[in-house]
Amino acid sequence: MSLSSENLLLEVKDLSIQFGGLKAVDSLNFSVQKGQLKGLIGPNGAGKTTVFNMLTGVYQPSRGEICFRGQIINRLKPHERCRRGMARTFQNIRLFRELTVLDNVLLGSHQKLTYGIFDSLFFTKKFHTEQKQNLDKALHLLNLFDLANKSELRAAGLPYGQQRKLEIVRALAGEPRLLLLDEPAAGMNHSETDQLMTLIGRVRKEFDLTILLIEHDMKLVMGICEDILVLDHGVKLEEGDSQKVRTSAKVIEAYLGIENEH
Amino acid sequence: MRSKIRAPLLALLIVNVLVMLLGFFTDAYVQLNILFIVVNVLMALSLNLVNGFTGQFSLGHAGFMAVGAYTAVFFVTKIYFAPGLLGLFLIGIYSIAGGLLAALAGYLVGLPSLRLRGDYLAIVTLGFGEIIRVVLLNMEFLGGPRGIAGIPPIPSIQIGSFEISSFYVAFFYASSWAVVCFFSLWRLCYSQYGLSFLGVREDEIAAEAMGVPTTKVKVRAFVLSSFFAGVAGSLMAHFTSYISPASFSFLLSVNAVIMVVLGGMGSLTGSILAAAIITVLPEALRPLQEITGVDLRMVIYALALVLIMIIRPTGLFGDREWPEIWRSWKTTRNLKKQTAAQKQSQSARSSS
Repeated sequence: MSLSSENLLLEVKDLSIQFGGLKAVDSLNFSVQKGQLKGLIGPNGAGKTTVFNMLTGVYQPSRGEICFRGQIINRLKPHERCRRGMARTFQNIRLFRELTVLDNVLLGSHQKLTYGIFDSLFFTKKFHTEQKQNLDKALHLLNLFDLANKSELRAAGLPYGQQRKLEIVRALAGEPRLLLLDEPAAGMNHSETDQLMTLIGRVRKEFDLTILLIEHDMKLVMGICEDILVLDHGVKLEEGDSQKVRTSAKVIEAYLGIENEH
Repeated sequence: MRSKIRAPLLALLIVNVLVMLLGFFTDAYVQLNILFIVVNVLMALSLNLVNGFTGQFSLGHAGFMAVGAYTAVFFVTKIYFAPGLLGLFLIGIYSIAGGLLAALAGYLVGLPSLRLRGDYLAIVTLGFGEIIRVVLLNMEFLGGPRGIAGIPPIPSIQIGSFEISSFYVAFFYASSWAVVCFFSLWRLCYSQYGLSFLGVREDEIAAEAMGVPTTKVKVRAFVLSSFFAGVAGSLMAHFTSYISPASFSFLLSVNAVIMVVLGGMGSLTGSILAAAIITVLPEALRPLQEITGVDLRMVIYALALVLIMIIRPTGLFGDREWPEIWRSWKTTRNLKKQTAAQKQSQSARSSS
């Protein structure tokens, strides 16, 4: 893959954040190309979710630059970043629990609405067509993820695996350019994980997506990610394809500890 | 994105007609209570948008009502008023003016304070309500602590030789506002646009990550809610013919919150029912006082509230609307009937 700046979707320079005396992420540099599926891995507490939270605007980085689609987005609020095409899922599922499955997805495409308060009060034509469009799109997405027959159930009532799926559907509803998945397979068994991964692959092709994926499980990431970034204690350990990461001494050390020679 | 509005709106209109007919057979006392029900409906509906749908705990509703009431009364008593149809028209304009000023107050209060959550927001809005009250106490041109008396009631209207009495005009006027409020809140809350309110209630961080500008959404809800609260205040002023800062005490805000919680947070039809119950219950208990000789009214009223909340912790309707409740009730009844019929046929078979 060429490293031309044209193909650059996300570029992170010197990203750092401090919580009190703790440097959670320190001088991190990386970039994501258009169409790439990049994995972000590392042991517990490595700072993976913190990176996500800085990218999506939940945390303000104390130093560094986040450049998304050619613009620096450091100062933007989370919803403004979302409107520029960044969608995410959460490690600890954050669905709108008391709303129906369908409403969850519709809220995901809420940012696409162009009608306002008055259109919705006076049933303008715009209101009807947009409402219909979004509804069709939401149902199509739910169909794709085998959730269509549950569309009227409350989200809190879904089994765990489907809640995770629903989070992805909700994120996709906003038609993002970049999808940030925070441990999408957490708590799933092997067959569920496999299914999810093939689904992610399919969705990526269909929606022409770029995906940044946090995952705990090294094996899984090795399987589907073209490019992997390994993080430990807030510092980049290694970056490259799975072969490079797998053989890196630093990565092995971080995951397995140092081998003591007697 | 759920229920259709047709059924509840139709029901509301039918109730309106029935109440109008009821007005024929009753005295001024009952008529006044009917008008208070409508005012309270307006108050509860508007507060439900903030407390129920958007999930922000506001305790300053009386403050917004005071702004609306004083604005309308100022226009009526100090600027210009006329009897008859023109008077009704003017009252309408003044109510809207009161609502708009209340909405402005809502915007000014909401913009800085809606970044706060839960208890903190409750404290800020409570403080706002008290500030309004104290400011009014010290405004001599608005009567200060004495208040303003002699507010003209809604005028009766003469059409040829036929006269529509003041009560009917007042009821028509007030219930039109209630219907407008109900209609617009329903349209808003159950469209995709209004899902943003519910999203903010359910999970603010997730809503923000899905592109919902949470602070803006909260301010919008607050402004709209304050507008209708202001209108409700102006209606109240005309119906009581006397207002003072004491009419808009903290207790009024609490009353509004009680209505919303009792009816169900996020149920418009629930708010309407609860507003009617809360208005009628203390009055209905009045005869009891004459029989027993002791004022047990407030004790029973409070006990009734406690009981209802124990039996139905999410309020009368939860966060569902009347048509849904009705449908689920019907299906459970049918199920019961079916099982009963099955049992009967089984016992008939075993006996033969």
